[in-house]
Amino acid sequence: MSERASFDIRRMPGFVAIALATFLVLYAPIVTLVIYSFNAGMSVALWEGFSWRWYEAAMHNQQIQDAAVRSVIVASFASVFATVLATMAALGTTRVRPFRGQTTIYALINQPLMVPEIVTGVALLIVFATVKQATGYSGLGYLILAHTAFCIPFAYLPIRARLEGLDRSLETAAADLYATPWRAFRRVTLPLMMPGIVAGAMLAFVISLDDVVITEFVKSAGQDTLPTYMLGQLRRAVTPEINAISTVLLFISVAIVSAFFVLNRKKA
Amino acid sequence: MTESEISIRVSGVTKTFGEGASAFHALSDVSVDIRKNEFFTLLGPSGCGKTTLLRLIAGFDHPTSGRIELDGEDISQLAPFQRPVNTVFQSYALFPHMTVAQNIGFGLEMLDRPKAEVAATVAQMLSLVRMEALADRRTDQISGGQQQRVALARALAPHPKVLLLDEPLSALDYKLRKDMQIELKRLQSETGITFVFVTHDQEEALTMSDRIAVMNQGTILQIGSPREIYDRPEQRFVADFIGDSNFLEAELLTGGASGRLRLGSGHEIEASVPEGMTAPRRVSVSIRPEHAALTSGAEDAALTGTLKEIVYFGTDTHYHVALGSGGSFIVRRQNSRGVTETLEPGAAVGISLGPRSVQVLRD
Amino acid sequence: MHAPKPSVDASHPAPAPARTGALNLADEARKREVRTSWLLSAPALLVLVTAASGPLLIVLVYSFLAAGDYGGVVWSLSGEGWFKVFLSRDIFDDTVGIADAHLTIFWRSVRLSMLTTLICIALGFPTAWFIATRSRESRNVWLFLITIPFWTNLLIRTFAIMEVIRSEGIVNTVLMTAGVIERPIQMMYTDFAILLGMAYVYLPLMVLPLYAAMERLDFRLIEAAYDLYASRWRVLRRIVVPLVKPGLIAGSILVFIPSLGAYVTPRVLGGGKNMMLGNLIELQFGQGRNWPLGAALSLTLLVIVMVALIFYVRIVQKEAASRE
Ligand SMILES: Nc1ncnc2c1ncn2[C@@H]1O[C@H](COP(=O)(O)OP(=O)(O)OP(=O)(O)O)[C@@H](O)[C@H]1O
Ligand SMILES: [Mg+2]
Repeated sequence: MSERASFDIRRMPGFVAIALATFLVLYAPIVTLVIYSFNAGMSVALWEGFSWRWYEAAMHNQQIQDAAVRSVIVASFASVFATVLATMAALGTTRVRPFRGQTTIYALINQPLMVPEIVTGVALLIVFATVKQATGYSGLGYLILAHTAFCIPFAYLPIRARLEGLDRSLETAAADLYATPWRAFRRVTLPLMMPGIVAGAMLAFVISLDDVVITEFVKSAGQDTLPTYMLGQLRRAVTPEINAISTVLLFISVAIVSAFFVLNRKKA
Repeated sequence: MTESEISIRVSGVTKTFGEGASAFHALSDVSVDIRKNEFFTLLGPSGCGKTTLLRLIAGFDHPTSGRIELDGEDISQLAPFQRPVNTVFQSYALFPHMTVAQNIGFGLEMLDRPKAEVAATVAQMLSLVRMEALADRRTDQISGGQQQRVALARALAPHPKVLLLDEPLSALDYKLRKDMQIELKRLQSETGITFVFVTHDQEEALTMSDRIAVMNQGTILQIGSPREIYDRPEQRFVADFIGDSNFLEAELLTGGASGRLRLGSGHEIEASVPEGMTAPRRVSVSIRPEHAALTSGAEDAALTGTLKEIVYFGTDTHYHVALGSGGSFIVRRQNSRGVTETLEPGAAVGISLGPRSVQVLRD
Repeated sequence: MHAPKPSVDASHPAPAPARTGALNLADEARKREVRTSWLLSAPALLVLVTAASGPLLIVLVYSFLAAGDYGGVVWSLSGEGWFKVFLSRDIFDDTVGIADAHLTIFWRSVRLSMLTTLICIALGFPTAWFIATRSRESRNVWLFLITIPFWTNLLIRTFAIMEVIRSEGIVNTVLMTAGVIERPIQMMYTDFAILLGMAYVYLPLMVLPLYAAMERLDFRLIEAAYDLYASRWRVLRRIVVPLVKPGLIAGSILVFIPSLGAYVTPRVLGGGKNMMLGNLIELQFGQGRNWPLGAALSLTLLVIVMVALIFYVRIVQKEAASRE
């Protein structure tokens, strides 16, 4: 009769141990990295007391400052562009009866998710090298364009999901109540899509902020973003400054992704 | 009825979904005139095309062929937002990001009415549906019945010429539905707007409507007042769908509005005959169970047979009779206090039919 | 129906023959709908074609051109790029042989990707099971914990692993301080390091689809198996694994594909000697400066990935069909 004697069908030998170990392995390196970014000493292994030293060092490093600004500029433009384009595409491709070419549109939109980044990076290197030579322009435009492209599918997915869950009869009701198509969109569809759009923009921002590979191939000389700057530094000596930047980037990502989760939860 | 009394005229409307082999006729050659200030009901089983017809009138879909007029003018070229017709949706379709008052004011706002007028009408509508207290609630924070009233107020606020209601009461429980039926009737007579009401609940249709159109499989079978539909069903489907009916084979001897009929038992009786039906011919007839009565003997009974079963229902009792001429027949008798059951299964019984209780069917 | 049409309403006129006009309205609406779809999608497609899909075609073209002396290409048709993917020509006597260096890298990429997949299954399966068997509320928390690393910077996660295993890293320092070892163990710049890094980085991609499959699992089937005298191990092998197989395959492909194309992880953890395909490709655009070869290698990688993806889509579709 006792509870403890009952046979738990969900238990598998050793699974709980492996799972917990996996979570530990998953988080231990990240947590260590965060902790040691506050280490007063140089070493990543010896704790020499708490200090903001490396954050200050990073803040006063002109290269890091520039890279950070560049990262934010690129991510902001790319996520805004990608979100606008993805919103339009989502409106065009959801809730319509299937039409010829629809699968082509889906394939094109999802293509950046399928092709290895290195391949896209190389392809863009080839194309932009020619364009840079031909036009003489070598500004941030290339990075923004490239980032916009690979951010589109990330923005598209949550927007489309939101739109698909949207009750069509609400727009029908708006039309019934004398709203022209544009006003029905402005007053009913758009406000109801908003959580999806915000979620899409957040994902796009995180993805752009974190990108290494494509940026590495597309950037012109002196156009490092934070991730490519870090990659470059790793080739040389490792300084705890990198820990500090990593921690900051990490917190930005986690904050945005958490917000994304909360936003998605509210919808359900 | 004269032209000026007609609000909506649907003529020869067909609606086909899909193409080629998979084409499906949701409506086939439907014609109906709906009068001004009328409570008009579309009644029919699920999938018979009721919603489709409403959507065509509202302009959410285009008819494959045929035309729809409002007050004598063809409206097929008008988009939904250009038609002075409003809909109460089956699912209510209230805007979840707006308050009750904002929902109700939406239509007037889209018509670019002055703010003061919008506010005044919203207040008036709120009191009409008795929702003043909840004006600033979000629409997902009110009960089903309240949502239904908001949907109604929202559709009424722009004072449309025609109000389309697609099973607005189906989501409500029995008690609330009864209350809302009364309220709907009240609103219709107070506003003087033409109501086109969809339901598949025959009782609801009978109690509320001025006229009913019975639909099946994309066609309108019969249009008439509730009494006409119930007492004079012209087709087997109508007789069967609304209320209970006994169906018998018979010989129509003479035609005309009230013709003579010979039943299977050989008994001759007067019957109402649909317009334009010629005699003599074999026909089916419908007899309502409560329009027949049991007689203990066989003399001067229209039909005779053996009592098979007695089923007690509280308000009334059903007698199942196996007819001598083949087939079975149900007689319904209202129960009253002090009357004891004298009959027993196995007894030989006769069935007498009241005047005008036999209706000849077209099919 | 053979019944005569009832005279529905005697007073209204014969139906107007508006057939063609009305049909056009419906057709017209449909046409407008499709046109709107294209117009709305067009700007996104334009960006994607200029900065994602279109350049892939240029890569295809480049793979058939001759290499320029200092990078770039010479605009003349040449099969040399593709030739060099698998074969090499001796500099002295022009004899054709197998390109050993390339094959080694191909093989390493495939081997490491497969091993990564296996490690991810070994860790991911119990983890997914663990999450799927929690209570409904705590499930979401565990799931969130799996998703967080997935959305954090891959470079940072690779970097975190590096801090753990490098010579002056935590593992070595701890072991040396404890006196277990005298000199640091060389873990960085080995295949092991790459393997560890990739497994670490791609593990969430295994757990998520596995979890999705397990969550849908009907636990009454497991009860039935136990009822029929199966041991835990046999329930796992005969009931659970077959039922979550679609999730298992999906997870494997989701791990395998990015592993195969990995660039950052092998570069940071593998160093210059332990290259994978991604690094080999990059090399052709850097010091090696053989763009056509780089283009051909890119396309080879792309083809392998596409084959794996088609395989994946097939399985997902089959699963979706069987669920209906
Ligand atoms: N967009 C459409 N495409 C294809 N078939 C449709 C479409 N809309 C409706 N139909 C079909 O047309 C028929 C009539 O549908 P309609 O919605 O008018 O039925 P209804 O009488 O309102 O039924 P209910 O009482 O269930 O609401 C149904 O068989 C339905 O399947
Ligand atoms: Mg309906």
